[in-house]
Amino acid sequence: MINGLLGKKIGMSQTYAADGRRIPVTVIEAGPCTVLQLKTVGTDGYDAAQLGFGVKSAHRVNKPEMGHFKKAGQGAFAFVREFQTAGTCAVGDQFSCDIFKPGDRIDVTATSKGKGFQGVIKRWGFSGGRASHGSMFKRRTGSIGQSATPARVVKGKKMPGQMGNQRTTTQNLVVVDVRPEQNLILVCGAVPGPKNGLVEIRKGIKA
Amino acid sequence: MNIIDRLEQEQLRKDVPHFKAGDTLKVHVKITEGDKQRIQVFEGICIKRVNSGLGSSYTVRKISGTVGVERIFPLHSPSIERVDLVRVGKVRRAKLYYLRNLRGKAARIAEKRTA
Repeated sequence: MINGLLGKKIGMSQTYAADGRRIPVTVIEAGPCTVLQLKTVGTDGYDAAQLGFGVKSAHRVNKPEMGHFKKAGQGAFAFVREFQTAGTCAVGDQFSCDIFKPGDRIDVTATSKGKGFQGVIKRWGFSGGRASHGSMFKRRTGSIGQSATPARVVKGKKMPGQMGNQRTTTQNLVVVDVRPEQNLILVCGAVPGPKNGLVEIRKGIKA
Repeated sequence: MNIIDRLEQEQLRKDVPHFKAGDTLKVHVKITEGDKQRIQVFEGICIKRVNSGLGSSYTVRKISGTVGVERIFPLHSPSIERVDLVRVGKVRRAKLYYLRNLRGKAARIAEKRTA
């Protein structure tokens, strides 16, 4: 068995719980994923399985890649990622979304939507200054440190810069529904990344 | 049809009657207390409808004693047993917020005559 899957974020919707509560859900098309390679403590220093997901047409694949994909014998894949194994699995094995069941806690990792170069208000939630009455301090950072001691800006100071477009994990999301016939997982709440983006789904480490 | 539309389509309730703002409704709500379930009826005038697929909802206003009470119901929620259309009202607005400022006789709505 495997500890996670690759998937595609489809988008958000909602569903109703048995008691009538509305639940916001993210729909993820998860799997089927094929095991391409097994990493072992003996050869690689750790145990993992390399999974392939998504169709890639053969003429887009170079020869070394094709040789690697051929070992699994399931065609070429657009995305390749490693996951921890749980129990035994072999090269060529296929895993689909039925490794998760409703009520499971999962972690979802993806590249978040890029927001570009943003100021401190949007990026860090600073409150900013007064907008009117002659204010000259509207959306500015404010002081970034003291004077002669320490005479430098501390590392990690929250300042303007690139926001988003980085690897983000949302932990402890609840699986609401699993539909193996359509390869769909419905997850309560939001998941990083744009629609049609690649997501990595893992069993929750806090579960 | 895309995946999300199909998912929402199968959750839509087909048994909801056709009604609009101005209509008088009886909403039968399932209420669970511990392990017992009972039905509570909320009767009043529909003052607003939000049409947005699975997220559609409507607001029902009634006067309880002397206090106006408004409740928002999701149109497709499984916790609603059924909705009865009591009376079709004749109104010229889609959202009847003006009823909030009216009391008694002034807050009446004429019944729609059907030929």
